[in-house]
Amino acid sequence: MQRAVFLLVAALAMTAQAAVAQTLKTVKERGTLICGVSQGLPGFSNPDDKGNWTGLDVDLCRAIAAAIFNDPSKVKFTGLSAKDRFTALQSGEIDVLSRNSTWTLSRDSSLGLNFAGVNYYDGQGFMVRKALKVNSALELNGASVCTQTGTTTELNLADYFRAHKMKYEVTAFATADETVKAYDSGRCDVFTTDVSQLYAEKLKLANQNDHVILPEIISKEPLGPVVRHGDDQWLDIVKWTLFAMINAEELGISQKTLDEAMKSEKPDVRRFVGTEGNYGEQLGLTKDWAVRIVRHVGNYGESFDRNVGAGSRLGIARGLNNLWNNGGIQYAPPIR
Amino acid sequence: MSAQPHPLAAPPRVALWHNPKLRSLVYQLAALALILWVGVEFALNAKANLEAQKIATGFGFLENTAGFGVNQSLIDYREADSYGRVFLVGLLNTLLVAALGIVFATVIGFAVGIARLSSNFMVSRLAGAYVEVIRNQPLLFQILFWYLAVLGALPGPRQSIGLGLQPAVQGLADLFASLQRFGVPAVVADVTRLGADWIGPPSIYLNNRGMVLPEPVVHAGSGLVLAAALAGLAVLIAVRFWAKRRQAATGQQFPLLAAGLLLVIGLPLVVFLALGAPLGFERPVLRGFNFASGIRVIPELVALLIALSTYTAAFIAEIVRAGIAAVPRGQSEAAAALGLRRGRALRLIVIPQAMRVIVPPLTSQYLNLTKNSSLAVGIGYPDLFAVFAGTALNQTGQAIEILGITMAVYLVISLLTSAAMNLYNARVTMRGR
Repeated sequence: MQRAVFLLVAALAMTAQAAVAQTLKTVKERGTLICGVSQGLPGFSNPDDKGNWTGLDVDLCRAIAAAIFNDPSKVKFTGLSAKDRFTALQSGEIDVLSRNSTWTLSRDSSLGLNFAGVNYYDGQGFMVRKALKVNSALELNGASVCTQTGTTTELNLADYFRAHKMKYEVTAFATADETVKAYDSGRCDVFTTDVSQLYAEKLKLANQNDHVILPEIISKEPLGPVVRHGDDQWLDIVKWTLFAMINAEELGISQKTLDEAMKSEKPDVRRFVGTEGNYGEQLGLTKDWAVRIVRHVGNYGESFDRNVGAGSRLGIARGLNNLWNNGGIQYAPPIR
Repeated sequence: MSAQPHPLAAPPRVALWHNPKLRSLVYQLAALALILWVGVEFALNAKANLEAQKIATGFGFLENTAGFGVNQSLIDYREADSYGRVFLVGLLNTLLVAALGIVFATVIGFAVGIARLSSNFMVSRLAGAYVEVIRNQPLLFQILFWYLAVLGALPGPRQSIGLGLQPAVQGLADLFASLQRFGVPAVVADVTRLGADWIGPPSIYLNNRGMVLPEPVVHAGSGLVLAAALAGLAVLIAVRFWAKRRQAATGQQFPLLAAGLLLVIGLPLVVFLALGAPLGFERPVLRGFNFASGIRVIPELVALLIALSTYTAAFIAEIVRAGIAAVPRGQSEAAAALGLRRGRALRLIVIPQAMRVIVPPLTSQYLNLTKNSSLAVGIGYPDLFAVFAGTALNQTGQAIEILGITMAVYLVISLLTSAAMNLYNARVTMRGR
């Protein structure tokens, strides 16, 4: 809410020049990137007890900072609820939003925002207590459902129950924590959100093993970073930072193999590391922008494994998020 | 003779720009123009910025499909309805909680305020403790307390707590059974238990999904009962008018309370029975995840209502106490000297005078309660602020329009409340006689 009011004031008081913003310049002058993330979602953006943020979405912010400053620590993270996230971006409070947000037409158009790509292909699912002995989402007629307000989840839920002519009662909370707490306290039979989030939030429940995630995936949820309309250069930088991470994995360039790659004779690797061409400079960055990203953050696969994949507590399979040549749909345009 | 002008003669002519009246007018116009200019500049600037960023503007979104569900709605609402309808649903939910809250807060507040002045040590200290404990805790904390700690601790739907006559009689039977070893014959317990069975299952249930009440089933003819009640009320008003005039003229009193009960309760009851009880109640039945039939009161509403009314009541209690304390002691002493009993003295002498002091601050408490109801967002009660300035704002992204509408609505509700209270205040102020 305070963010909505902030937007109101900002929109009223902004000079018209702000519309042709130069985000890169602003970020460089400030010396830090301000990145909007969740208020704590394991695997995607979660602060540890020392206040260090980790996660797939956080890595993307660090990669952008690495590309600009050659220093992944020059990021200030702002935790945002689903309700506040877009207003924070519209009002200029944050430079980029990397907060498990679903790419939809209306967000891309009428909210005045641009999605820069997809860093996680997700879908919506349901979690219930095992004691209810429910095996399918189609058995949920009459159930009480907890969800977070201001999400596509809320709309998909309504669509799904309407399409299957089932009744339900929805209680929508402002933050993810309130939602999980209400579900855990028994206010609702069902907790619904993106499947990746179900896995993450399950870790927070009192008795993890008493809950089961139903097999149905009821929606497409392509999650990705978002920027404001009106600054194409900044959109390109965010977009290509993500593409660089995906391309790095495809080219086999990782934190371990980076030094070899620098000496590689392969033309596409040479273009990636900047020994050939001036692709980074075309973006407004330096020639070694992609090297900085991989050195400090790693490629997409490394980030995935470390945060949500096999190497993490969540243990989510790559599935759709595998590279296109490996059975998934993660695909990045070439750097040339 | 001196050449001095007469002190009352016309003042000397001053330059136009030294004329105080004209000056103040010019200053005020300039200030007004400045404020208008700032407003217009803000509006134009906002429009330019929104257009530059291609953020949607205008009120067309109110006709678009909302597509999300709402937990509680006083009017028929489906996901396929428009954002305009969502606005109405939210507004009615806000009005519901505000109206109920004002009633409860006033009742509790007056009771506690009067109790605080009681000469009974226990009663006045208890009332004092209530005021100090409730008044000095943050409201949001109290809302969360009632929601999570009290209502959240209730059992799930399948272990619902039944309320009503049957559980009470059943409890009585259990009590008799346990009293058997003190010589209460077993047959007493058995008969009571039979009685409980005869009453049938309980009709009110309490669980962590809220409260389930029996649903009234309206048969033909129940309109007549309502008409009888309204007619009774109309007659009562006329009788009250006549009785007042007669008392003023002759001093004779009329048993208004008895007449009122007879007219407003008795008359409809006779009609109700004569028509063969055209109104029944359907008991809630547990089916699937929760009770399928019956009226459901969601726990969010209950928690919000309890917190808002107890919290505001603490302030109202203090206002009532101050109001009564403001009436000079001589007034009650004079009433006593006239032979009025304490209750009558309070009702006829003290309270009417205290109301003059009570009503203006009471108005602010009503306004506070209405505005505080927006804290509903903390527990997911679908009030105007949560569903319209929350969910709808988020789905459409039209912050400026939605916040504008919401601000206007709260302003209108507050101004209407103030206007009604001012009207009432004008009635209770002391008139010069």
